Amino acid sequence: MGEPDMAPPGQFMGEPSADGRFGEFGGMFVPETLVPACQELDRAFRSAWGDPAFRGELDRLLRDYAGRPSPMTECPNLSEELGVRILLKREDLNHTGSHKINNVLGQALLAQRMGKTSLVAETGAGQHGVATATAAALFGMDCVVYMGTVDIARQELNVFRMRLLGTEVRAAETGSRTLKDAVNETLRHWVAVADTTHYCLGSVMGPHPYPWMVREFQRVVGEEARRQCAEILDGGVPDVVTAAVGGGSNAAGIFAGFANTSAALVGVEPAGGAAVGRAVPGIVHGSRSFLMQDEWGQVLEAESISAGLDYPGVGPEHSYLAATGRATYEQVTDAEVVEAFSLLSRTEGIIPALECAHALAWVSRARAELAGRTVLLNLSGRGDKDVDQMMGILG
Amino acid sequence: MSGWGALETALRARRDSGGKCFVPYLTGGLGDDWLETICAVAVAGADAIEIGVPFSDPVMDGTTIQQANDRALSEGATPQSILAAVRGAAADIGVPTAVMTYANIAHHMGFERFASSLADAGVSGCILPDLPLEEVGEWSGYADAAGVETVLLAAPTAPDERLPRICARSRGFVYGVGLAGITGVRAELAASAVRTAARLKAVTDRPVLVGVGVGTPSQAAEVCEVADGAVVGSAIVTRMLEGAGPEGVAALVAEFRAALDAAHG
Repeated sequence: MGEPDMAPPGQFMGEPSADGRFGEFGGMFVPETLVPACQELDRAFRSAWGDPAFRGELDRLLRDYAGRPSPMTECPNLSEELGVRILLKREDLNHTGSHKINNVLGQALLAQRMGKTSLVAETGAGQHGVATATAAALFGMDCVVYMGTVDIARQELNVFRMRLLGTEVRAAETGSRTLKDAVNETLRHWVAVADTTHYCLGSVMGPHPYPWMVREFQRVVGEEARRQCAEILDGGVPDVVTAAVGGGSNAAGIFAGFANTSAALVGVEPAGGAAVGRAVPGIVHGSRSFLMQDEWGQVLEAESISAGLDYPGVGPEHSYLAATGRATYEQVTDAEVVEAFSLLSRTEGIIPALECAHALAWVSRARAELAGRTVLLNLSGRGDKDVDQMMGILG
Repeated sequence: MSGWGALETALRARRDSGGKCFVPYLTGGLGDDWLETICAVAVAGADAIEIGVPFSDPVMDGTTIQQANDRALSEGATPQSILAAVRGAAADIGVPTAVMTYANIAHHMGFERFASSLADAGVSGCILPDLPLEEVGEWSGYADAAGVETVLLAAPTAPDERLPRICARSRGFVYGVGLAGITGVRAELAASAVRTAARLKAVTDRPVLVGVGVGTPSQAAEVCEVADGAVVGSAIVTRMLEGAGPEGVAALVAEFRAALDAAHG
């Protein structure tokens, strides 16, 4: 991990360059057919984000519909067990059970403002799919969600939820049949219907402006956490802010609140999906970023216990934060994740989603070097969706 | 002195003699006889040939070319094995070739090295559909230096001001995208195919070929009422997947050639 009290080396997590880059990462690597749609979205987002009426409406939805602000929870039992003071940002308590709703409400409101009548989205664990289906129901929009057949099998409750909400769930049956392939199918769908349909992308990835826009819609997590930490820590910031990273939206959201403070930022990847850990840049799904690939540039299939992190790439801003050293990225194994899942359930009565159990798995492993420090962990989602899968593993 | 590469020279020659250009797409590394198939379609009347280098995540492609990519990859095809085979057969192919793949294949090898590998293999052109105008600069610098013609796509969704900029940067030909969508055979030619060809013809002297959604000889003839030629992929690759072999695929190419010659010869 980075030196916790290092001075921030500059301004991080602001606007990308005009060509949609964070350093050498990002860009708009999409077929020509989609360029006008991405450019239209860039213009619409800039206009909306600077419009107090839009911001006010989104704030109202986040408060009255999603239940924000989410609490911050001290964890005395867990802290005592690990010897590390742990604060949890409780995104699991949001409506629909994860941080995904923050981004989706923003994008649905933006889609409505752009005159779009339909949404299309990809989903891995189903949390983003459920959130998108929820927003579509709320806004009266048609919605299609692509999900890999492997994920459909391991997350059938979320599939049912989406259908209950009026969304059509379509199976992505190509490649590894997980999140990567769901993104491919969503892009193929969108290219034909972009005039009426907004692609509600679920993470800080994809072509510009998505990585920036999704991070801005998730920034609320970090800003709330900064205020809540200031109250708890006498105006201070935690020593470490940590979050799980698949595409990286929950990490981007909480990092954004602390990027220009002295807090160390630590993203935690699954060992079987460690795009940043391998640090080889590539181009897929619209941006240049670290990407798991073979010696010829064929994209590799990620393997993780968590469907939400089963992705071979990572958002371009995370590659930039890693390359500049502003954030560090650690990898944990499925076995460590299972242990962390049980640990939080047992000590604090909070069943975490398998995704954020990755962040706790790292804290648990690094507890000697973190001893006596304060760690803020983004508890990005609740574990209800994973209970069935864990029953099979833990018995 | 034209300054055009072999691809553009061949297509202009066909057009300027009053004919229409036909460019089939074949997936490299698909089956044992893909290279013989390429040679056979050249004889059967292709003006140039697009050779697909398979990529794991072809977001611009429909199920046929996805399936061809997956099969070729599972049979062990790599960019290197395909280019080595093409280099060895350049004299037998006899018409200009262009490689079509996705940006990551070139990026992973390094743009400079990939461009020089194409030139070494005798490949004239390159199409990277996920490098739109805004992103193509770095690649096309290396491609220009290596003498490789970078073909750009122009889509029906593009605003008017964008088309002349695409045509100015494109080399070889301008690839008009027939419809807002992915590759694959449709029952009918989309109205956007002819409309896009007309919009492009109005702003460029470069050959304008239309592909994506052009799947039958009659659809190719129809789009060539305005366009200078047609690119056909999925219909050809379907034959390859069915195991039609060099003769079977060449027979289909001959049908396209005959339809274009009959309508516009």
